[in-house]
Amino acid sequence: MKKFLWIAWALVTIGIGVYYLNIVFFEETKEELLIGHSTYGHYQIELACTSCHTEPFGGKDILQDACLNCHEEELKLALDSHPKKKFNDPRNADLLEIIDARYCISCHTEHQHEQTLAMGLTVPSDYCFHCHVDIGEERESHQDLAFDSCADAGCHNFHDNRALYEAFLVKNANQPWLNEIAKISSANNAKQYARPSHPIFDISHPEIASAHPDISSDWQASAHATAGVSCVGCHNNKEDSTWIDRPGLSECQSCHRDEVEGFTSGKHGMRLAGTINGTTVLPAITPNDSHLTFQQSALSIEHGCNTCHAAHNYDRKFAATDSCLNCHADEHSLAFTDSPHGSLWQKELAGEIPAGTGVSCATCHLPSIEQDKNGTKIVRVEHNQNMNLRPNEKMVRPVCMQCHGLAFSIDALADENLIKNNFNGTPSVHVPSIDWALKRENR
Amino acid sequence: MRKLLLTTLFAGSAVGLSGCGEEKSAGVEPKVMTDALFAVMKADRTNYTKLIVKRLGPKGADVITPVEHWQDVDTGAPLPAQMFRAGSEAVAEMTDSFTYSLQSLWPINKQNAPKTEIEKAGLEYIAANPGENYYGEEKLGDTTYFTAVYPDVAVSDACTSCHNEHKDTPKTDFKVGEVMGGVVVRVPI
Repeated sequence: MKKFLWIAWALVTIGIGVYYLNIVFFEETKEELLIGHSTYGHYQIELACTSCHTEPFGGKDILQDACLNCHEEELKLALDSHPKKKFNDPRNADLLEIIDARYCISCHTEHQHEQTLAMGLTVPSDYCFHCHVDIGEERESHQDLAFDSCADAGCHNFHDNRALYEAFLVKNANQPWLNEIAKISSANNAKQYARPSHPIFDISHPEIASAHPDISSDWQASAHATAGVSCVGCHNNKEDSTWIDRPGLSECQSCHRDEVEGFTSGKHGMRLAGTINGTTVLPAITPNDSHLTFQQSALSIEHGCNTCHAAHNYDRKFAATDSCLNCHADEHSLAFTDSPHGSLWQKELAGEIPAGTGVSCATCHLPSIEQDKNGTKIVRVEHNQNMNLRPNEKMVRPVCMQCHGLAFSIDALADENLIKNNFNGTPSVHVPSIDWALKRENR
Repeated sequence: MRKLLLTTLFAGSAVGLSGCGEEKSAGVEPKVMTDALFAVMKADRTNYTKLIVKRLGPKGADVITPVEHWQDVDTGAPLPAQMFRAGSEAVAEMTDSFTYSLQSLWPINKQNAPKTEIEKAGLEYIAANPGENYYGEEKLGDTTYFTAVYPDVAVSDACTSCHNEHKDTPKTDFKVGEVMGGVVVRVPI
């Protein structure tokens, strides 16, 4: 009997071992190994373990490299107020014992979904206290402020303070709530990557036009037709010249490099980043995978380029709002159509106001970015929606201030109810940061 | 046998000599090292202040704007203290054999006030004894450091006017030639 029990124990142990070794080394997805679900920022790729755990050993330095691999550029663009280099001096050794701010995971620990606060924060939200405990002595206005309000009240962010630092507040104080309405230019950057001589394929040929009448007319009204990109521009496999039935990210990327890079960096497309760079292949994200509120009819829609940009017509105006509202059904999204921004968008669609002066979902969350490249104005659409989402103060300069004054922008973004009704009204919240900055300036 | 003995003796003496050489080359006194480093820092800092900020800034040709948030201004240039810190941060990316920072008893940014006992003692000493440096040892975290504090002297009216007029300055009567703060250099030992 005893011998039988020992044999049974050994078999069970070996069986469990084989089961997990099989997962570790051979299974495509490793859900059984998850030690806890990840934050809303990373849940899309939580089953691509090697995205972050690039080496089995190596500890937090390996993880830090993984964080920076995706976020370093964004932090640089944000002129990160608390970069690692600020904490390297040994005089900060005592502070690092409390929070080692040289490592992202000290404040953003993954797989602790239940303990994660807004912005993926996993330390108590009064963390500013540890280094800035004396702020009340320096700033009279800050004497009675709670330390968990520093980053919560529209005054400061830990990383991105481009629109919140004191000199900027002073410089942009006393602006009207509405400045001159910006005129947003259409994207033109694909042409810098497109092959100079695309094989022209006469799509207006009667045989083709009759075989694919809808496709033909859609294409002829598209920017692709204007640019001379015909069927083979997308459907031709460059390697072996075979026909591709459904061109995907790789084909789009050959001209729309910036857009695909942004898309695969953001929440809509990060699942597909591995497909592009040849690492872990994950299925495209669907609304069903997300915690947000979506239209029931859209729950299983997979997100790729053609989800928003319907093939062949590539209607950018449709992609800028209708595509979003096809899936997103939270309060803010549902309130768009009846909002002041939505009204402007309807007027632009109706041709009542100049093109580029309406406000679509994309105007704010996937904005057109103008850059000067060797004297030429290049306009690209930032497809990484994280760049213009949260913390929402990072939208102030690239988005809100294109039309609105700084004070109005800061107040509006601090008013949760106003955000929910899609800015239908005036802010009922006032962030006093500009007042305080002016008071110090004029004393 | 004799040949083997001679070879062994020769090899032994060679090992001994090379050992001596290694000890000698590893034996640079921390003070010599920090003094030399400070000489380079002081030269670069003075040159940036006089040759760039003073010459090209608002008090000179007025073609650059030395300002704290210099990245946000087309003609923006780092302030001398920021330039110094940028050097310190760049060095920290290359080596951990020493670190340095700029501190003051009268800092505009309060994070640059002295924190450790040696910093406090050093800054007070160099302010009270113009022209002299301060040296000591301290343990920070798990590491013991040789810490040297050198006077940071106002080399131009670009330094004094900016500090005296800044809204966050705790001291408004700095004069050219006076000690405004100190350069703290640390070498782990």
